[in-house]
Amino acid sequence: MGLIDLKDIHKVYDMGAEKVRALNGVDLTVERGEYVAIMGSSGSGKSTLMNLVGCLDTPSSGSYVLNGVAVQELDDSQLAGIRNKEIGFVFQTFNLLARTDALHNVELPLIYAGLSRADRRDRARKALEKVGLGTRMHHQPNELSGGQRQRVAIARALVNDPSILLADEPTGNLDSATSEEIMALFDELHQAGNTVVLVTHEPDIAEHAWRRVLLKDGKVISDQPTARAGSAATAAAPVS
Amino acid sequence: MVFLENFRIALAALRANLMRSILTTLGIIIGVAAVIAVVSIVQGLQYTITQQLQGVGATFMLIQAKTERSFPGMIARQVKLTYEDGRAVEQKVAGVKMLTPAIFGRATLKYKDRKHTPAAIIGVNENWQDVNNHTVEKGRFFSKLDLENRHKVVVIGTKVVDELSLGPDPLGKEIYVNIYPATVIGVMEHKGQSLGLDTDDLAFVPFDSALNLFGRNAGDQVQLRLQADSAEMVEPVKDNITRLLRQRHRLPAAEPDDFQIQTQDEILDTINSILGSITAVVGGVVGIALLVGGIGIMNIMLVSVTERTREIGVRKAVGARRQDVLIQFLIEAVTLSLVGGGIGLLLGYGLGVVTAKLIPNFPPAHVPLWAVVLAFGFSAIVGIFFGIYPAAKASRLDPIDALRYE
Repeated sequence: MGLIDLKDIHKVYDMGAEKVRALNGVDLTVERGEYVAIMGSSGSGKSTLMNLVGCLDTPSSGSYVLNGVAVQELDDSQLAGIRNKEIGFVFQTFNLLARTDALHNVELPLIYAGLSRADRRDRARKALEKVGLGTRMHHQPNELSGGQRQRVAIARALVNDPSILLADEPTGNLDSATSEEIMALFDELHQAGNTVVLVTHEPDIAEHAWRRVLLKDGKVISDQPTARAGSAATAAAPVS
Repeated sequence: MVFLENFRIALAALRANLMRSILTTLGIIIGVAAVIAVVSIVQGLQYTITQQLQGVGATFMLIQAKTERSFPGMIARQVKLTYEDGRAVEQKVAGVKMLTPAIFGRATLKYKDRKHTPAAIIGVNENWQDVNNHTVEKGRFFSKLDLENRHKVVVIGTKVVDELSLGPDPLGKEIYVNIYPATVIGVMEHKGQSLGLDTDDLAFVPFDSALNLFGRNAGDQVQLRLQADSAEMVEPVKDNITRLLRQRHRLPAAEPDDFQIQTQDEILDTINSILGSITAVVGGVVGIALLVGGIGIMNIMLVSVTERTREIGVRKAVGARRQDVLIQFLIEAVTLSLVGGGIGLLLGYGLGVVTAKLIPNFPPAHVPLWAVVLAFGFSAIVGIFFGIYPAAKASRLDPIDALRYE
């Protein structure tokens, strides 16, 4: 069984008169250490899938097992616990707390994990150093560039050692040079052993991943390794 | 620990909107300041009055005529209470240790070219000192002989000595009480304010001299002040006096008493009930102020929740549970009202102290611990009561909607 195991997932939104089927029978398995890009046009259901995987939402039907836990059976506060320990979110709009310095932003998940102040400091500092912001710890979001803000957000996602790093259009608000830097950081994190799932509609961003899942009308229509996985596999294969 | 962290977050959020926070707490500040100011003044008064009254002792009793008015402005019947009644009480009621009549009036005193009208001129007998625990410091009080022989004597308070410029040795000097000459034979001890009367600004004359001074009718409504033998005797003495006076005044059984007997406890009770109702009225006004303040807090907390919808979404996305968000906003509301309560407390105490200082002869303001506890307790309750709805609203936000909120 994979780290993420989605079976026949349906998600129906009741919009008054009509019912919107955002997900219509999705099966998806992600193994530990994978680097997956979920693609699809808007309305394809990729954001809904992302929210379900991130435990921000629960499916209408189907089963979701995350790291051996059947998520659809959990209540609200248990889901909060899962989000805290198993998932690291990175958002398109960064979603950092304003008027709060980088260090405190990164500490946030650890507060709800119940860590002591000293432990939080220590781990947040290390996470910021890991994303290359060791010298910007006491800057507030409005004193940082877009790329730096996203790095703070990535540090926040990493700080509690989650099973999955979940990124929703992480480069959507960044220029292309900065996008490349951020994607290089994701590549690095994947190299270090993190499981990365990112949602994007940009093909060249998706190319960083090793596997590409394409959604259309709430269904997976293609699920293939990317060119990069091929080259990596070739590079990794022993030359005989 | 999450609790402490929440407190820190709340303070940071309040500091971020400092002006708004201050304006929001203004209702609470005013409410608490008002209650503390009034309580501090009333408590000061109560403390002083109780001290003074306990000075006359538990065996002290006061009898006064009670004029019933059946219609506004119309005196049904002229009731009398005379020195004769007093003498009857003294002779016939067992357990009465000593008694003095007292008639109060005003008149101008003159010494050479100096004139002064004291707070009151009181006609009493030789027992005044012991009945009221108010004694002569220099010279002597009237004796039975002075009264019987109608000596023209007067005993005065220290303020009167100063006002008339009688100098360091006022004894034996001749002054005029209105047109009647009298010799100063004693100066009373310094006692200060008592029940709104400056006891140093008094002059005592023998009872009969007072009748001359104020007219014969003044003798129809005298006060009788007495000391019972012991505290245990107070109730039986009161009953016996009632019986005797009803008999002397020929009151039929159905008629209510035309006099009123107050013991020290009853006088204290009366004063306390007056002060208590002042406190209660102010308490009501303050209750309204706190209500308005609370609504202000609820209002601003609702604004705050809406403004920080995304923050709530982020917190939930990284693992905040409903109760974490609830407590965060609740603590913010309570902090807001407690800070208001604290500022109000200081302001109210300052107001009380200044007021007490501005009014001459007013006892110093006194804030009892219970008022402090009450002020903070009420502030906290207001914060919780009016903070719970916005906090619950925040905690129930759906994380996805909250994250998408613009």
